[in-house]
Amino acid sequence: MGGLQAGPVERVEHDYQLWEKRVDALMVLLSRKRRFTVDELRKGIESLPGDAYDRLTYYERWISSITSALIHRGTISIEELRAKLADIEQRPDGPKVGTP
Amino acid sequence: MTPRFAVGAPVNVRRGNPPGHIRTPYYIRGKSGTVERICGEFRNPEELAYGRSGEPKQVLYRVRFNQKDIWPGYKGPAKDTIDVELYEHWLEPVR
Amino acid sequence: MMDNVTHTHEGPDPHAPRPDHDDTLTHHKRLEIAVRELLIEKGILTADEIREAVERMDARGPHLGAKLVAKAWVDPAFKARLVENGSAAAEEAGVQMDQPTRLIVVENTPQVHNLVVCTLCSCYPRMVLGIPPDWYKSRAYRSRAVHEPRAVLAEFGTRLSDDVTVRVHDSTADMRYLVLPMRPAGTDDFDEAKLAALVTRDSMIGVTTL
Repeated sequence: MGGLQAGPVERVEHDYQLWEKRVDALMVLLSRKRRFTVDELRKGIESLPGDAYDRLTYYERWISSITSALIHRGTISIEELRAKLADIEQRPDGPKVGTP
Repeated sequence: MTPRFAVGAPVNVRRGNPPGHIRTPYYIRGKSGTVERICGEFRNPEELAYGRSGEPKQVLYRVRFNQKDIWPGYKGPAKDTIDVELYEHWLEPVR
Repeated sequence: MMDNVTHTHEGPDPHAPRPDHDDTLTHHKRLEIAVRELLIEKGILTADEIREAVERMDARGPHLGAKLVAKAWVDPAFKARLVENGSAAAEEAGVQMDQPTRLIVVENTPQVHNLVVCTLCSCYPRMVLGIPPDWYKSRAYRSRAVHEPRAVLAEFGTRLSDDVTVRVHDSTADMRYLVLPMRPAGTDDFDEAKLAALVTRDSMIGVTTL
């Protein structure tokens, strides 16, 4: 997007939440283990629907892209993911479950 | 791999808008600059993006451009510059 | 995205976490849990590795870049090595580069001011500055820093005369950039630790001076 017109730079920042840091950690570890590259991450983000850039937050885009790439590579299957998401849905205490 | 361009060499950035993942910013395509440094050899990100090996490695250059050559109506002194990292397959010699 | 974040740098708490979905299990939080658990079950990652990666991330921040800057200010030979080969000099100073990317240090002088941006995504010298602030990743910064750097600098309160050359660095591939700001006047009797405390993150991105 270099060179496009845009408004003032709004100097916002926030401390990252734990789940966001874990998304970052997944990226770092998977690339170190050569199971993923930052280039696949970027390509995946570019491939998100047109409004995703404005609709999703930074790490929401990352986890979307990581998930797609892992499915594409065959590291995880759509069926496994579906079953896991259904399982998480059933857990009583929400986001605290599954924290490493 | 011997770098095709030396430090200080004038280079043109290829034009074009091929499909796929591209690490050459749109705004710099078709522009002319000078090799500022040779960064080394890296796996080709435009291949890595698709889960491929990225081999053979590509020489990566840092190329310096005059801002006035990039942006019509650039507001600033003529000596302002912008450096962009570019892989060898995106560069052509200036004839 | 902006709706979630109303704090500015001048606000009461500029680093408040996003208030929106802290306690709700959003679709993307579920995805993170699901992917992480599947990777652990398959033996690709371990929970310990993930915890350690998060701890390493938390331990990295602008204090590391500030340490390099202060050392460069007091030790001209180190500064020469830092500008010559950023990664090697940083390692020598005890700052680990655990990424395949390499660090390039660009020095501000009375004649040259450097500014760093990544127009393609959000490349940032995380090994020395930690995770980037939201504005660095924003559409506005990424769009404008390349074609109107002086206007962007002015928004950060940095006004440069036309005698100063502005060098923008678009971090498009495998290099990461750290700006070595100029040492402020009146600090001759400061030791390295006291100097390091003066060095701000934004001055090492190049949007401000000291």
